[in-house]
Amino acid sequence: MLGYLLRRLLYALPIMLGVAFLCFMLVHIAPGDPLVSILPADASAELQRQMMRVYGFDRPLPEQFLRWVWRALHGDLGTSIATSRPVTGEVLKAVGNTLMIAVLASLIGFSLGSLFGFVAGYFRNSWADRLASLVSVIGVSLPNYWLGMVLVIVFSAQLMWLPATGAGPGGSGDWRWDWAHFQYLILPAVTMSFIPMGIVARTVRALVADTLAQEFVIGLRARGLSEGGVLRHVVKNCAPTALAVVGLQLGYLLGGSILIETVFAWPGTGFLLNQAIFQRDLPLLQGSILILALFFVLLNLLVDVLQTVLDPRIERG
Amino acid sequence: MTAAIHTSVTPAAPGVVRSRSHLANVLHRLVRNPLAMVSAGIILLLILMAVFAPWIMPHDPFATSMLKRLKPIGTPGLPLGGDELGRDLLSRLILGARLSLFMGIAPVILAFILGGTLGIIAGYAGGWLNTVIMRCIDVLYAFPSVLLAIALSGALGAGITNALVSLTIVFVPQIARIAESVTTAVRRSDYVDAARASGASALLIVRKQVLGNVIGPIFVYATSLISVSMILASGLSFLGLGVKPPEPEWGLMLNTLRTAIYSQPWVAALPGLLIFITSVSFNMLADGLRSAMEVKQ
Repeated sequence: MLGYLLRRLLYALPIMLGVAFLCFMLVHIAPGDPLVSILPADASAELQRQMMRVYGFDRPLPEQFLRWVWRALHGDLGTSIATSRPVTGEVLKAVGNTLMIAVLASLIGFSLGSLFGFVAGYFRNSWADRLASLVSVIGVSLPNYWLGMVLVIVFSAQLMWLPATGAGPGGSGDWRWDWAHFQYLILPAVTMSFIPMGIVARTVRALVADTLAQEFVIGLRARGLSEGGVLRHVVKNCAPTALAVVGLQLGYLLGGSILIETVFAWPGTGFLLNQAIFQRDLPLLQGSILILALFFVLLNLLVDVLQTVLDPRIERG
Repeated sequence: MTAAIHTSVTPAAPGVVRSRSHLANVLHRLVRNPLAMVSAGIILLLILMAVFAPWIMPHDPFATSMLKRLKPIGTPGLPLGGDELGRDLLSRLILGARLSLFMGIAPVILAFILGGTLGIIAGYAGGWLNTVIMRCIDVLYAFPSVLLAIALSGALGAGITNALVSLTIVFVPQIARIAESVTTAVRRSDYVDAARASGASALLIVRKQVLGNVIGPIFVYATSLISVSMILASGLSFLGLGVKPPEPEWGLMLNTLRTAIYSQPWVAALPGLLIFITSVSFNMLADGLRSAMEVKQ
């Protein structure tokens, strides 16, 4: 198994380098001069050349890439053009905010999804199964930016139970774990939980149905084990895969939070990306995408490794 | 995902000697699935609506009017209300079906062609060519799909072409992976060995033996992506990265109506409802198609 883990790690390295290369290239596939958003329209050619030198855009591409990677390895992703603050700090602060809704959404999605999936897989082809399958199809088909809007209409505009946008009564700077702040978290997290819920429900349903059809379950029943005892075995068999699925979902949520954060004006990575795109702040765009993508690669790696450790049946050559 | 390889299946009907092609069998099972048929009906209606939009729109979808701004559903002359510029929402939703469906479906078709070709080449060739193609695909696959779409569209800038390019790039690796694994399985099968032994050229084997067995699974997988693609494409327009105003497109309409959620909430929510209905229908049709094709013998 140690060999597998090592190989898996080694395999992740070129992927990470490729991811970094793609993020680096984002600035260069962007139309127009990368400096266009900081230089005034009537900047002299001399000033332009000077700025190109300051930012290093005058060097050959491979050299630029290596310099960029070298600095990134030291935690330096450049400075945001719009705010003149270091990109790394801005992104990490935003990652924390996004993690709050993404983790809460994963927890909600995992609990409800497992419940629906388990009932559906256990009572296969019953009305409960059909209902649960419908819920899971709806979960993955809902455009979450629209769901967010509808929830705001119902719970904020009409019922006035929960705040519509923002991250706390005093803005995002003063987050505390009390009700006054926590209520801002509810609508974004619930909105975000629908996709993992649908996917977990679908996976768990198939897992439970497959496990119940296996011979060892018939064996357990034949030995007179109570139904609760049989279920415990089924849960044990399904848990590693279900956990792996939700672990990967956390990565998708973190990377895909831009739409929901735009709807709820939540100050996370998605909101930051939105700003970066519309202010043409390319270093910020590049940096946030690099950090989010690397996080996703590492999460994949972690889930894979944990699964191998947790589930002794998995043998990977 | 396990790759199902289809050989022609003949249902054993007692007393009747009948042989149908695989495709006919799949269609036969599909039409007996009520959910899939309802979904197919809704999709057909939406497509007809898009095609005949100019003839069924009650009003000019671009005519603005200060007097008709944000009117509720059921206002005389404005069956589904007026939008933030006083344009007839019903007409805009009808015409919007064109761009919305196009932006959702076209990237999947392009990715089906591109990703399918790459995957089949990688799977059939094997060796270093496989390694080169699949490692590049892996890098793209290492991004969560929403993030990759946003990254590319954000760098390229708003516009229909840029959004199409970004979405196609998002779906190519997913389709290529399926195509590669199915092709590799087919390449190792006995009947391909037999064809090779009888002297068939690589191109002939790909055309006769591989394509027929590989297209089906790739096609089913691609149809399941349309739902995601619809949501993503409208999402890009919702963010201001896809279709530009004043063109009607459901995601963009949802974005411009967002300011109206306090004054006319249900008018504001309508374009999103259409995105949802379309996406759910494509999802259920794809599910039906998958279960119609995956028949375990």
